[in-house]
Amino acid sequence: MPDFQPIILKNIPDFHNIEVYMKNGGYEAFKKTLKMKPEEIIEEVKRSGLRGRGGACFPTGMKWSFMPQKSEKPKYLCANGDESEPASFKDREIFEKNPHQFIEGTLIACVAMGIKTAYVYIRGEYYPWIVMLQKAIDDAYAKGFIGKNILGSDFSTEVYIHRGAGAYICGEETALLNSIEGKRGMPRFKPPFPANYGLWGCPTTINNIETLANIPPIIENGGEWFSKIGEPKHCGSLLYGLSGHINKPGIYELPSGTLLTDLIYKYGGGVKDNKAIKMIIPGGSSMPPLTADEIDGLQMDNEHLKSVNSYIGTGGIVVMNEDTDVVKIIKRITKFYYHESCGQCTPCREGCGWMLRILDRIDKGQGRPEDIELLRDVACNIEGNTICAFGDAAAWPVKWAIKKFLPDFEKKVNESVSLPIANRVHSLRVTHQE
Amino acid sequence: MEIKFTEENLKKLEEAKSHYPTSDAALMAALWIAQYQFGWLSADVMKYVGGLLNIPYEHVLGVAEFYTMYNKKPVGKYHLQVCTNVSCMLCGGYDVVDYISNKLDIGLGETTPDGKFTLIEAECLGSCGTAPMMQINDYYEENLSKDKIDSILDKLSKS
Ligand SMILES: Cc1cc2nc3c(=O)[nH]c(=O)nc-3n(C[C@H](O)[C@H](O)[C@H](O)COP(=O)(O)O)c2cc1C
Ligand code: SF4
Ligand code: FES
Repeated sequence: MPDFQPIILKNIPDFHNIEVYMKNGGYEAFKKTLKMKPEEIIEEVKRSGLRGRGGACFPTGMKWSFMPQKSEKPKYLCANGDESEPASFKDREIFEKNPHQFIEGTLIACVAMGIKTAYVYIRGEYYPWIVMLQKAIDDAYAKGFIGKNILGSDFSTEVYIHRGAGAYICGEETALLNSIEGKRGMPRFKPPFPANYGLWGCPTTINNIETLANIPPIIENGGEWFSKIGEPKHCGSLLYGLSGHINKPGIYELPSGTLLTDLIYKYGGGVKDNKAIKMIIPGGSSMPPLTADEIDGLQMDNEHLKSVNSYIGTGGIVVMNEDTDVVKIIKRITKFYYHESCGQCTPCREGCGWMLRILDRIDKGQGRPEDIELLRDVACNIEGNTICAFGDAAAWPVKWAIKKFLPDFEKKVNESVSLPIANRVHSLRVTHQE
Repeated sequence: MEIKFTEENLKKLEEAKSHYPTSDAALMAALWIAQYQFGWLSADVMKYVGGLLNIPYEHVLGVAEFYTMYNKKPVGKYHLQVCTNVSCMLCGGYDVVDYISNKLDIGLGETTPDGKFTLIEAECLGSCGTAPMMQINDYYEENLSKDKIDSILDKLSKS
């Protein structure tokens, strides 16, 4: 697609400035929706085929339609800018380069669902970006786009930033709700779903920052226009993030379904030092990794990634060269999950630590051949057995790395090691290393 | 030292409270305000914050313990938080940790005797495209090299 024009990260100088944004048609879509019926807005979003950009690819229009139109209780919108999945750094780019398109999308969502309060949850570490977004929100207030009786209509809404304080799990939507309520960020059991019982027990919708930033162009150009960009089943553009052993790391906005090889070689400038590829993580650390054999002709969208047993996740692509030690990488990723587990579910809390201990001894040459099967077994026993999807996120990299890179694990285990009984028998907890 | 928010911080807290239907929800904001004023969250500070919002100390403690950015121990004037997660690791994140550790002669979690620097290892900070990187207090230092680290630390030691 040579004629592709970015939808979000537009190449316009000072686009973050409200005057520049408005000169280029900014906030016109919002004004239009103030005169539309809520159902019409939701229909347009459904027609666009937009799917959530937070990782689960849930159809946005459908999600919005789950919100009760009439409600005695207040309704809430939460924009999810927790962005803590390793290898993801796209939402930050939106705060920096195009905050108003995100704010406009948030306002349109509020109109569509009859919401009077929106919270933007931003990870605590993103302080400079919180300052940037707050400035943009203040400017939008000053122009009368946020607040009471917006632009003379009977519609009022407030937008507040809620600053996190360092907890990956708060990106999970129900943990995020608890965090906004001022509690520990522990995920809630579903059902009830947030659309019925969210913030303070009121109807709530949670959307990713990039998802909301896509809304104004959809209203402006129509859902059908959007549905023709990229891959039909996962349409629109994606903010791909390239990192690791790559010459030109960064965020690249391209149509969904862009070839992985184009991303790496055409846009990313190829692998550092011209090395061969060992492993690729396609969409943030939770997503099952790919082998070098799987990348040729692979299109980067959720449907195509399923064919290689992975998913698009957050679109954060990590390139690893031929010298990479797969066990070390998976151990580091597992250490992250061990550190971030909220501890509510036994399989996740205990399983992450257990996987880490096994990986650690394999990495140090102290693992036995049976350890590989044990490791796989622990991962499979976490997957699907927990309150939230964090359990799967922790299990997948381990399970799929063993499946796809078995020789790398086998090379590191050692027939002659005799483990203490305690390490062989399950359920015995060894004091954890840290 | 008497534990009491400044007038300005009391105003900030009122502003935060106005964002939510319940004052409990302002707890995270209140802990941030406290951390900026007092440097870290001692038990007395947490009790004070709980008092302002009518929240039991145990609840305040539970929340403060849950989130890693709330300092439950004093930290140096400059909190060096080096990312070693996957993208940074591939670009030398651990070398950055070793280099700083040797240069300042402190291990992970330790503070220099003059109270200036604390070094810790951090999880992904959403800066993977500019790895390796670290967070120093509220700001990011990206694309780190030895030279860049030297000049950053030299500047901070003099300030
Ligand atoms: C462990 C975990 C972490 C998550 N972190 C994020 C995050 O940082 N940002 C995000 O938008 N979604 C995150 N999600 C997904 C959210 O739960 C939710 O699906 C998403 O915010 C919905 O928005 P969307 O429909 O626009 O994608 C996470 C999910 C899990 C299980
Ligand atoms: S799966 Fe893990 S992170 Fe999710 S609720 Fe259970 S213990 Fe917490
Ligand atoms: S891995 Fe270091 S900032 Fe993301």
